[in-house]
Amino acid sequence: MALQTDDGRAAARALDIIERFKGLEGPLLPILHGLQEEFGHVPTSVLPVVADALNISRAEVHGVVTFYHDFRKEPAGRHVLKVCRAEACQSMGGEQVAERLQILLGARFGETSADGAVTIDPVYCLGLCSCAPAAMFDGEPVGRLDDEKIVGIIERVRA
Amino acid sequence: MGLIKEIDYGTPQAKSEKQVTLTIDGFAVTVPEGTSVMRAAMEAGIKVPKLCATDMVDAFGSCRLCLIEIEGRNGTPSSCTTPVAEGLVVRTQTERLKTLRKGVMELYISDHPLDCLTCAANGDCELQDMAGAVGLRDVRYGYEGDNHVSAKSRDGGNDNFRWMPKDESNPYFTYDPSKCIVCSRCVRACEEVQGTFALTIEGRGFDSRVSPGMHEDFLSSDCVSCGACVQACPTATLTEKSVIEIGQPEHSVVTTCAYCGVGCSFKAEMRGDELVRMVPWKDGKANRGHSCVKGRFAWGYATHQDRILNPMIREKISDPWREVTWDEAFAHVASEFKRIQSQYGRGSVGGITSSRCTNEETYLVQKLVRQGFGNNNVDTCARVCHSPTGYGLGQTFGTSAGTQDFDSVEHTDVAIVIGANPAAGHPVFASRLKKRLRQGAKLIVIDPRRTETVRAPHVEAAYHLALQPGTNVAVITSLAHVIVTEGLFDEAFIREKCDWSEFEDYAQFVADPSHSPEATEAYTGVPADALRGAARLYARGVNGSIYYGLGVTEHSQGSTTVMAIANLAMLTGNIGRPGVGVNPLRGQNNVQGSCDMGSFPHELPGYRHISGDAARETFEMLWGVKLDHEPGLRIPNMLDAAVQGSFKGIYIQGEDILQSDPDTKHVSAGLAAMECVVVQDLFLNETANYAHVFLPGSTFLEKDGTFTNAERRINRVRKVMAPRNGYADWEVTQGIAQAMEIDWNYTHPSQIMDEIAATTPSFARVSYALLEELGSVQWPCNEQAPNGTPVMHVDGFVRGKGKFIRTEYIPTDEKTGPRFPLLLTTGRILSQYNVGAQTRRTENVVWHAEDVLEIHPHDAEQRGIREGDWVRLASRAGETALRATITDRVAPGVVYTTFHHPETQANVITTDYSDWATNCPEYKVTAVQVSPSNGPSDWQVEYDALSRRSRRIVPRDAAE
Repeated sequence: MALQTDDGRAAARALDIIERFKGLEGPLLPILHGLQEEFGHVPTSVLPVVADALNISRAEVHGVVTFYHDFRKEPAGRHVLKVCRAEACQSMGGEQVAERLQILLGARFGETSADGAVTIDPVYCLGLCSCAPAAMFDGEPVGRLDDEKIVGIIERVRA
Repeated sequence: MGLIKEIDYGTPQAKSEKQVTLTIDGFAVTVPEGTSVMRAAMEAGIKVPKLCATDMVDAFGSCRLCLIEIEGRNGTPSSCTTPVAEGLVVRTQTERLKTLRKGVMELYISDHPLDCLTCAANGDCELQDMAGAVGLRDVRYGYEGDNHVSAKSRDGGNDNFRWMPKDESNPYFTYDPSKCIVCSRCVRACEEVQGTFALTIEGRGFDSRVSPGMHEDFLSSDCVSCGACVQACPTATLTEKSVIEIGQPEHSVVTTCAYCGVGCSFKAEMRGDELVRMVPWKDGKANRGHSCVKGRFAWGYATHQDRILNPMIREKISDPWREVTWDEAFAHVASEFKRIQSQYGRGSVGGITSSRCTNEETYLVQKLVRQGFGNNNVDTCARVCHSPTGYGLGQTFGTSAGTQDFDSVEHTDVAIVIGANPAAGHPVFASRLKKRLRQGAKLIVIDPRRTETVRAPHVEAAYHLALQPGTNVAVITSLAHVIVTEGLFDEAFIREKCDWSEFEDYAQFVADPSHSPEATEAYTGVPADALRGAARLYARGVNGSIYYGLGVTEHSQGSTTVMAIANLAMLTGNIGRPGVGVNPLRGQNNVQGSCDMGSFPHELPGYRHISGDAARETFEMLWGVKLDHEPGLRIPNMLDAAVQGSFKGIYIQGEDILQSDPDTKHVSAGLAAMECVVVQDLFLNETANYAHVFLPGSTFLEKDGTFTNAERRINRVRKVMAPRNGYADWEVTQGIAQAMEIDWNYTHPSQIMDEIAATTPSFARVSYALLEELGSVQWPCNEQAPNGTPVMHVDGFVRGKGKFIRTEYIPTDEKTGPRFPLLLTTGRILSQYNVGAQTRRTENVVWHAEDVLEIHPHDAEQRGIREGDWVRLASRAGETALRATITDRVAPGVVYTTFHHPETQANVITTDYSDWATNCPEYKVTAVQVSPSNGPSDWQVEYDALSRRSRRIVPRDAAE
């Protein structure tokens, strides 16, 4: 029962967001972004609500949500670190940087650290190839990742 | 014979008039503008390798196998997405293309199991074919890397997280993700062909997988099991379980589905005389290559263990059945009917034709009654479904049938669906309608219940007029009021094609303020502004069409509603061209045909009244007997007469009147009062509980003949296996006739059709040879229309001038009151068919194992009813019990159930009120009360015991 009422409350919050973006042309992505902003992730339980409101199928919503890695199924940690693993960054030692970050933060790609402090995600090109290896920390680009900058990131996570 | 291999052109046909000529591999090809290069090549006989393209869906361009080179253009575009252009010079096979294709195939095969020999698709796998076509000899990437193929990682025992187990949840097909090449053909078929949108591709890149619903199994997703995805799949990923079990078919026969009135054409794919699968036939003009769950998959009843294969006799209905030989059965029936007639008079016996049987079989049953019994006591199940259609359209237009073909829906701009739920009852038509709606056509639904047709992904009715059951005439007359008073009628059409003075009279009638939406709102429950909006939308649409079902006809004013619909179409000039018309969605496969074949007590084949000397004499000459010129008894009259003691014997072919006819207790009393009830059916149906003779019937797979669908299309039914009971149904009727010493000597149904053509003007040119030549034909088919008539009333109405008839709304006598405050209405569900005799004996029961009562949350709460509770459903006629489901699909004050299961006994509840003109029962309105209950009613318990007793059989060996 508790789950049902939680779902019910989530659905009500979702409906507000859906109502806000429904009038747009191509409203699904804005709605999904809105949901992620509201809940910190896109709860699976509200996807049928979205489908019904837009008169599309559950399958279609599922297809779109799973296509974009940025839409999370679970809430992220307090911080989010996205590490570029595309060709340019790899050629500048990005793989080693990525490995170090994962060890130091105590989480593998796609995971959140046990203390909930940080989620670390792989990304494929941030458009920062000239400053490779690159990452993005809480929405802020970080270029030319070296030991010093790695330590800086760790400190901010642990702060 | 061999397997019919239809050509897959890769992309759909272009419909442009303009022709374009291009050169492909040095050959000049001329095709309509808009055709893809792939299709143009195929037209020229050049098969470009392909995987993601198939001509049932639009081009997608994802597999990168169909690449071509075009002179003067860069790169290697995909031929499926490249349209032809004048003078294009295309090459489909170059060194560069060969290398590219081989590389693509290597990638595909590096993530695909290599178990071809034991794979169910072996012999029918496009992936295998393409590997062969591109000359794949080696996969340089090996099979060791990341894959979706094996459950365990190849290096050791770790689970492979990419691997997904086979989904066997659907009873008819399996989904094996390990064999999937993610070509999206299934997803596109579900969207474009079926219109359900149950499938998607989840994830991206190498993680892409086909997902039913939100990563659900097929059964819990929105999948309606139409099988379009299975048909589209180029590999063994989606495969019929029957193919997995039996193997690939080796020959096929084109035939016609025996479920609803859409009349889909299928290839019955066989191995020997075992049916492997049914695949919709692309050239079928009703279905254009599509099917529903019933037609494609639900044919298991044909070999179900419940089928009765030997004739049986018993003295009293309380005795067990005794198996006898066919000759004994025929002799018994003949002597009993003769005895009864000599004892009680010529009119004491009769027959009921079957809308499930072929035209030829139906024709023979009415012939047996008229020629052999010497009376006109013949009726058919259309009595309880579309008899008002016959009457209403006959009065207004002059023909008792729909005006269009199904292709017409592709040209409609506004469709009104009244009292029908095509998504459940006529699914293939629903898919074609939805396709048109997705292209922008508008929909108006008039139905008390919010059906699946009202709203589904990407389709939503512009107006849903949720009227109170029983107020159809008021609502449709109100629509006409708006059209007339707002000047939206088509004066030119009416002046040219209809009787102007009748129109003036009608216009004066509907213009009366008492018919205004504002006035009718009070009792129809339809908001006036919605009704006005709907009327304007229909009247202003370029092509407005009306499709309707039993929600129109099964009322005390059924015939009036049909006339009101006809008025609406004439008012707006929506008759006589593609995209418009009045289209009854006929329920049964051959209900149109059974009506055409003279199944009614007052009509000879071709809707000619029995009192007309000319028509009667035609048959008298041919049959060598004098025919009674007075109409005979209708089904309800036969039952009344039986109760009164003057009607004693009946021959019922393929109809279960006890379950399907109203007021079950009255039906059972009538049957119980007869001395010889002969039931011919596949199964010991409910009516057979009261029978003295049981003659086993044959399925549509076991005989030759024709069915006529809702668009008047005469389709061939072809025998694919010998009748398991020994005789096709027409042979059984002939056996009775011969035992009655009537001179019948048909050796093939084609001879019966020749007799029909010779005696019935609208069938004059129909013959099996013509059907062979044209595939199918729509009547009238005669001198004036040698190839049939897709659209009727093109140059004026059949009756001369279209006739406007006043349609005064008279409320039914069945009224709600303090004791029975709710209105019950009935309908169908997709997976079950009619009384369920067939579909209940298939795996379709996984979708619908029992009938349930839909009730609005408000009404449920007042009565303390919770989801899934047993409830007592009582009317003035009787009571039954079933489980409730709580939903706002129905309005407060309205409850709804289906009638597919005999245990429910929904017709114990329905009353004997009926249509004023045709006696069609008022199934769609019954005043009821609903209350909590502990379980089945006394009647249900008693009836169940009776059924068990009545179905005891003593085998022939044991009796001897």
